Amino acid sequence: MNAPLLDTAVSRDEAPAHDGADAAVQLTALEAEPCWRAAAHRCTAVAAQFADAVDRDARFPSEAFDALKRERLLSAMVPVAFGGAGLSLAEVGAICETLAQGCASTAMVYAMHQIQVACIEAHGSASAWHRHLLAQLVEHQWLLASATSEETIGGNMRTSACSVELDGARFRIEKLAPTISYGAHADGILVTARRTAESAAADQVLIVALREDTQLEKRGGWDAMGMRGTCSEGFRLVATGLAEQILATPFAEIADQTMLPVSHTLWASVWTGIACDAVNRAKAFFRAQARAKPGSVPPAGLRLAEAVGLLQMMQARLSVALEAARIAHQARHGGAQADAPLAVQLGFASDMNTLKTSISNTALQVVQEVLMICGMAGYKNGTPYSVGRHLRDLHSAPLMINNDRIAQNTASLLLAQRPATPGKA
Amino acid sequence: MKNELRRILSESARLDVAPDSLADDADLYAAGLSSLATVHLMLAIEDEFNIEIPDRLLTRRLFSSIDSMAAAIVELQQARAA
Repeated sequence: MNAPLLDTAVSRDEAPAHDGADAAVQLTALEAEPCWRAAAHRCTAVAAQFADAVDRDARFPSEAFDALKRERLLSAMVPVAFGGAGLSLAEVGAICETLAQGCASTAMVYAMHQIQVACIEAHGSASAWHRHLLAQLVEHQWLLASATSEETIGGNMRTSACSVELDGARFRIEKLAPTISYGAHADGILVTARRTAESAAADQVLIVALREDTQLEKRGGWDAMGMRGTCSEGFRLVATGLAEQILATPFAEIADQTMLPVSHTLWASVWTGIACDAVNRAKAFFRAQARAKPGSVPPAGLRLAEAVGLLQMMQARLSVALEAARIAHQARHGGAQADAPLAVQLGFASDMNTLKTSISNTALQVVQEVLMICGMAGYKNGTPYSVGRHLRDLHSAPLMINNDRIAQNTASLLLAQRPATPGKA
Repeated sequence: MKNELRRILSESARLDVAPDSLADDADLYAAGLSSLATVHLMLAIEDEFNIEIPDRLLTRRLFSSIDSMAAAIVELQQARAA
């Protein structure tokens, strides 16, 4: 690529190669770039400008979100029928990856918002209330958060202690949530709860609570190692509203079919973007080093080659997962879920699990290499080669749904996978 | 056979309700059967009845009720005897 350094930091995309192309061809290629991608780059520039301040003060990245709203990217995943851009999961993943190269907290908040949008779109489109919500989200560029964890339950989002209280056409819910990321900045919060006060812990529903009908009482702060701009504070949440706001699909199904695959692919996109920005810093450092001593390749070159190779493996793994998610999504719309081979569904679940565990670990490994390449310039804050924030942000990756818990779950899923034996039924 | 299936359900399926209180045709997914639990259920059935469930039968429907699991087990046992 002949593109200048700054461009390569944000434009790693599938645009046709510019090498050797004449000016006319280059112009067409630029015009062919979808407008959402250009918008994502503009937002990334804003996010990058405030990334250090957001990190230092552990504050919400409001400048980046003003930009995202202005560019109408909060409704990127809402279907065109409701006024959104109707982008695919892979395209939204590309936006997350781009944003993460500017500010990881911005990208993670954006990813978490899109996960909520995906759940409403996939499981609420049959309800007039939820269709209206999507239309309003497009109009006002609403930001959606989620409250799945609960104080007495811990990190297992598949059980709840709190339950929906129904009184005629209205509901009320009260939940002690140890973390609601950017809860104080959200226009709506998706809350899990037991279906009724008599329901078992795993018989959950997902409720869309709106800000005007929700009280949040802050119970805990967010002074964390990294991802400081996500403001993942603890709250006591009390929400009321109409019974229609409860999604009809059981949460177990929403989690398996949508929340989990969309979370893992979009989180992986964010982590890949963080690693990509770190590698770009290593490349710049390495070039500066090589320039200072023409004719010799600095010793960090081996590590850079290793880091670039790992990053490419992450990108390839991610695109395989995005394709698998697309196929699984399509298959669901084809119907006949009950007779679909279980091995395929369980295989998909374990595929999404290993995506999460491997990308989260590899991203850290890549940035560790980058730190060795950039040395003290990388260790120090405030240099063009600093990667302290990248490392701190990425240390959240193996913990967001603990990798050990996921690996145990994957191991169970693998029990159902048998090698195809020729000649056997 | 259905008694054994109820015992297996109580040991490996971690349902929200006691398997003894379930009708033979009750929807087990509605009773809290998770996709992860179906894996353990499958292995327990294979061990108990000394069969191997082929991929063709391995669907969500298979584990949807005690009736449907019993029917599949009978089919596989007959196929083996034949």
